[in-house]
Amino acid sequence: MDLKNLYRDVIVDHNRNPRNFRPMADADRHAEGFNPLCGDRLTLYVKLDGDRIGDVSFQGSGCAISVASASLLTESVKGRTVAEAELLFERMHALLTRDDDVDPASLGKLAALSGVREFPARVKCASLCWHTLDAALHREAEPVSTE
Amino acid sequence: MSTAASIAQPGSCAAQAAPSPIDVEAVRRDFPVLAREVNGRPLCYLDNAASSQHPRTVIDAISRYYETSHANVHRGVHRLSQEATDLFEGARETLRRFVNARSTREVIFVRGTTEAVNLVAQSYARPRLGAGDEILISWLEHHANIVPWQMVCEQTGAKLRVIPITRSGEVDFEAFLGLLSERTRLLALGHVSNALGTVLPVQEFIREAKRRGIPVLLDGAQAVPHLRVDVQALGCDFYAFSGHKMCGPTGIGILYGREALLAEMPPWQGGGDMILAVSFERTVYNDLPYKFEAGTPHIAGAIGLAAAVDYLETLGMERIAAAEHELLRYATSRLGDLPGLEIIGTARDKAAVVSFTLAGVHPHDLGTILDAEGVAIRTGHHCAMPVMEFYGVPATARASFAFYNTRAEVDRLVDAVAVAQEMLG
Repeated sequence: MDLKNLYRDVIVDHNRNPRNFRPMADADRHAEGFNPLCGDRLTLYVKLDGDRIGDVSFQGSGCAISVASASLLTESVKGRTVAEAELLFERMHALLTRDDDVDPASLGKLAALSGVREFPARVKCASLCWHTLDAALHREAEPVSTE
Repeated sequence: MSTAASIAQPGSCAAQAAPSPIDVEAVRRDFPVLAREVNGRPLCYLDNAASSQHPRTVIDAISRYYETSHANVHRGVHRLSQEATDLFEGARETLRRFVNARSTREVIFVRGTTEAVNLVAQSYARPRLGAGDEILISWLEHHANIVPWQMVCEQTGAKLRVIPITRSGEVDFEAFLGLLSERTRLLALGHVSNALGTVLPVQEFIREAKRRGIPVLLDGAQAVPHLRVDVQALGCDFYAFSGHKMCGPTGIGILYGREALLAEMPPWQGGGDMILAVSFERTVYNDLPYKFEAGTPHIAGAIGLAAAVDYLETLGMERIAAAEHELLRYATSRLGDLPGLEIIGTARDKAAVVSFTLAGVHPHDLGTILDAEGVAIRTGHHCAMPVMEFYGVPATARASFAFYNTRAEVDRLVDAVAVAQEMLG
């Protein structure tokens, strides 16, 4: 178990300085995510431009993994189509839970989260924002919970 | 009294006044798990408020029972059933003595504190309460001493009233007096807070409740491992605790109830063991305590719990409390020196629990980083979300100490916290 593999420089950086960390008054969609085990809470905002994600931002509080994951998510899905974002969600899910199904190179900066799978208790921290994005894109009214 | 005696005989009483300290290295050899490693480091187990570890005597008592004497209790005339029954009822007597109940009829085996509170909620409170009645709890409670009462309130139309706490994490006594009303039907308090470690001056609360004829339940899950509990001296009506926080097994605990109240209460669950006679027209319930013990009980758990009591009493609850207080004092002082670390819960009287936050480091990350160093602590809301809300934090890190922990382990905790701060802060 190597902590350096979990808290890589990219993760530490995005936790200290989360990108797109702001509310969005004119969002088309938003959803709330909650991890009751550790108290992570986040709200994800999406502004659509046709079927593209024109803008995306988040707010909330949580552990370094959940904040960095949400920050990386916003950078990764901005400008992508909804279908592309959903494909990315599937790849992230595979990256976080399985060893060999996904080529980290295809994920860009998101690959920095691959160390999480060595820490099963922390997988939910990394995946919370992705489930929340999924809920936002599908207009689910109920807050997303990892439980 | 002891002061007068020590003046009369200073030499012989000195040892009584200050019990000899626990030989922690010898005690640690009694706990097999403390010899293991986690991530290449010796286990540093500081999550005792969640669940404590087991001495060899407890593990052996359970193994011996399964290897030699297991059968169902209260049923057979054969030898093993007799032996199992003797061990099970012997355990009940050990637990009676441990909390100084008047009779074993007042000692009910349950799954744990949570089940004990639910039993009282459904069997004592629910039939008695109506719309406008009030149940009084404090802001410090564990969810197990909140949710069962909320359920009763939904069922009966009663109201849950909550005594506020002060910034230091003490239950506000003046506010408590103000909340007592003509409609207060039950006071349910945690004896020791699991999230913060606050020890409540329960005698003062019980005195005021008794003056008004209000029955009192104490959630003693965190108290029994740390201080001597005497239910008669306390004067409470119900006292609930779990085995697994006092070196005993999981899945077993005790509800102490005053016999006069238990006798009036209907059974909670129906089944075998809780009956005297059953026909399709009518069932005659068994006597106390069996009326509340439907089904085959956790026999091995009860035997293991009695072995845990024997172990704790051999060490001495006073010596245990002294050892844990010293660890609390040392940990509070060392952690308090770390910049950016804030201790949550600073009551004057505390059990060996230090809940804290660290600037720039979320408790969940801290828990992972400490685990890599072999240090086990609890992080999260500690099943006390209202307490977290009161302090405006989503979670805390909580180190909780037992008599088998050492000052060197406190040092390891402090060093690991510093590592986390450097890594993420």
